[in-house]
Amino acid sequence: MSAAVESTVADTPVSADRPDGRRRPPPLLRALPAVLALVLLAAAPFFLAPFATTVLGRVLVFALFAVSLDLLVGVTGLPSLGHAAYFGVGAYTAGLVSVHVTSEGVVPVLAAGLAGAVAAAATGWLAVRSSGVFFLMLTLAIGEIVFQLATTLDSVTGGSNGLYGIPAVRLGGTPLTLAGYVYWFVLAVTVAGFACLWLVSRSPVGGVLRGIRDNEPRMRSLGYSPFRYKYVAFVIAGAFAGVAGGLFAAQVRLVTPSEAGFTTGALALLAVVLGGAGSLWGPVLGAAVVVLVRDALGPTLDGHGPLVLGIVFVLAVYLLPRGFAGLAGVSGALRRRRAARGGAT
Amino acid sequence: MSGALLSLSGVSRHFGALTAVDDVTLDVPAGARHALIGPNGAGKSTLFKLVTGSMPVSAGRVSFAGTDVTRLPEHARARLGISQTLQHSSLFTSQTVEQNVLLAAQRRRGSRASLVPRRQAAARERVAALLADVGLGSRSGSPVADLSHGERRQLEVAVALACDPQLLLLDEPAAGMSPAESARLVELVRALPESITVVIVEHDLDVVFALARSVTVLHLGRVLLTGAPEQVRASHAVQEAYLGTGREALFTDSAGPASLGVS
Amino acid sequence: MIGWFDQNLVSILNGFAIGSLLFILAVGLSIVFGMMDVLNLAHGALFLVGAYLAWNLLSDGATWGGFLAALGIAALVGLLAGGVLSVMTEPLARRPILDQALLTLGVSLVVAEVLSIVYGNDALSVGAPPGLAESVSFLGRSYPAYRLALIGVGLVLAAVVYVVVERTSVGALVRASVADREMVSAMGIDNRKVKVAVLGIGSMLATVAGVLGAPVYGARPGLDDTILILALVVVVIGGLGSVKGALVGALVIGQVESLGRALLPDVASFILFGTLALVLVLRPRGLFGPRKLAGT
Repeated sequence: MSAAVESTVADTPVSADRPDGRRRPPPLLRALPAVLALVLLAAAPFFLAPFATTVLGRVLVFALFAVSLDLLVGVTGLPSLGHAAYFGVGAYTAGLVSVHVTSEGVVPVLAAGLAGAVAAAATGWLAVRSSGVFFLMLTLAIGEIVFQLATTLDSVTGGSNGLYGIPAVRLGGTPLTLAGYVYWFVLAVTVAGFACLWLVSRSPVGGVLRGIRDNEPRMRSLGYSPFRYKYVAFVIAGAFAGVAGGLFAAQVRLVTPSEAGFTTGALALLAVVLGGAGSLWGPVLGAAVVVLVRDALGPTLDGHGPLVLGIVFVLAVYLLPRGFAGLAGVSGALRRRRAARGGAT
Repeated sequence: MSGALLSLSGVSRHFGALTAVDDVTLDVPAGARHALIGPNGAGKSTLFKLVTGSMPVSAGRVSFAGTDVTRLPEHARARLGISQTLQHSSLFTSQTVEQNVLLAAQRRRGSRASLVPRRQAAARERVAALLADVGLGSRSGSPVADLSHGERRQLEVAVALACDPQLLLLDEPAAGMSPAESARLVELVRALPESITVVIVEHDLDVVFALARSVTVLHLGRVLLTGAPEQVRASHAVQEAYLGTGREALFTDSAGPASLGVS
Repeated sequence: MIGWFDQNLVSILNGFAIGSLLFILAVGLSIVFGMMDVLNLAHGALFLVGAYLAWNLLSDGATWGGFLAALGIAALVGLLAGGVLSVMTEPLARRPILDQALLTLGVSLVVAEVLSIVYGNDALSVGAPPGLAESVSFLGRSYPAYRLALIGVGLVLAAVVYVVVERTSVGALVRASVADREMVSAMGIDNRKVKVAVLGIGSMLATVAGVLGAPVYGARPGLDDTILILALVVVVIGGLGSVKGALVGALVIGQVESLGRALLPDVASFILFGTLALVLVLRPRGLFGPRKLAGT
């Protein structure tokens, strides 16, 4: 799910007479890398150990979360530090639905998405009114309040011990106990979520959101009400963060307040920045780096993975201003320029 | 409303102790080609902002097509049909030329509220036509960042026209354009249908006199004179306003509109 | 009314103590952003550095010497850290505000992790200096003397900062550059020197607040985030770059945190958010924030 997305991001679908005269490859060929990645991901449980499969599942969950944040940060230009709030709301909702109602199929995950959307709608109307650094601060405050709620409402959430004893996901009444089955469930929902977010970002509304990111005053003078569009983006991002939280609950089967906490939100932002804001596929790679450092490398560092991540964070800000996607973009731009020069002579 | 499309009465704007626009009353009839001129700091750009709503008035009333729009926010006024180009390029710099115009065109002709990708054929057709009109037909796939200054100004005009405005406000559209580019601009604005009313702020008086059928001179935020171009050229008060602020005597310059080479 | 006041006196006093600590933190954060456009998300981590420093010097028995030494070292560390931050953010000055904020966020992650490696994950408590460790009788209630002193220090500092910002030429420069960011360079002053100075003093206030707060809150992982968020809420409510705003915001949030939690423990978080929401709906730029001209 990488290069195909990038090529459509970079080019406009309709302009057939491209200035550099380069023919676009046929759609099937452009979709090839995405299909390949999907096949590899689907086949992973066959050649990975159960632990590695589980880690890969965590990567997927965190990737969906990071991509939902990218809709805000990269596409709309709203840097949120409190996006973990909706991830946490989703995780607790899915956990509670699984414990008290049913853990059948996508029901808890859908409930989590709905809860994420509702929470984002309730808090977003305030956050979206502000911009720039005020937005950063407000979302940070919202995240912290959800974190505190999760800690203090221990009759519902289990307090700082977390919500445990979440039953396994069931499909048609049979609980999925094998790591591989859970992984496939996570993969299916993640791919569906990524597809939805990708469609939104390519839609006319996505175009308006990019316009707001680039030049909000101009959008106003073109007759758009930025508030409405930003609010819609905020709610959609919240919904998919909720879905990701629901997947987290299904996979880990334990939800603690730190899922809604500052560090989770900061790491998601790191994944977006590292991968390249606005590209949607970049944050998937960023999420992979973050989760691998935290979960796979962390135990060998006495649980001080965040130290490495903090250093990566600092380096990324200096060295990769546009993330991994920026690197791909640079080589793409070079190719374009070379092609243009070749066409001119 | 005696046919005035845009009507300002007693409009003022203060910045602290400074009065940028001072009690301006002005009627622009539908179909007009109206120019606002005046020395730097006369309040021309501020007046535009009061009309578009990007800045609130301190006093007075702005009506558009018979409705009082003084309290309407900018985007609502834009939807009524007020469109503008800004003095400093204001484009979506990370996007292509086509996407820039499409953002304006899809609001009226596309499916701007759709959350899934659309072809938006009608809007794209309109975009292609507009880009051809302003002379950017071959550049539709280029990123804005690759455009020259003059091309960006042309793109501004395409974006403004893509809103299908009733009232088009052009704030120094020819600034920084080459003579050939500004000649093309003049031709483009001249070719606009009468259904689009044009108000232009411009320092290049060749462009002003090639386009305008009526001219308002602003000085220190006040209306000095409104009249036909010949009247304005002949006015002593206007010449003094320009000379009084230490500028060159623009009106005694021998280069008239005829030298523009627009046929 | 009097009965209610008497019953909740301890909570109200606690609120003032928190408020005075928050003021010291928030005024640094606010001026750094107001003048330099740097949102320093490492502010909370610097507070925690100060708190652990206090533990180092006071854990073998709290003495005045140790306390004052902790304050002095913390001030020095803060100044240095501010200088380093200012050098680190310099290459990003032309990039979006977010990039600088992210940099400080990364720094805060690193600092917090290093602290937890050095000091472990347990909550450490710090004693108050002698003479202030006991409780005293205040308006008929017994109350820790140190917290009363903290309120006093906060008030004195507020007065000092107010006089400096409102009455001196340095303060005039601060106010001018909050109002108009171009002012500093327009006056022919080296922008980078001002930035080092402002970030240095802002960071110093954070580490000093850490030492001052240590006898009340101790030192533990996670305290940095809690403190940072409270300080940010104070800054947002008060308005960026406003000393008066930081004071009023700190007093309000101090009471919300203390009295709110005492009276309505279940909804205290909602009260915090509600206060923030209410202020921002009524005054989008904060209570004393700069009036932004539309369209400029």
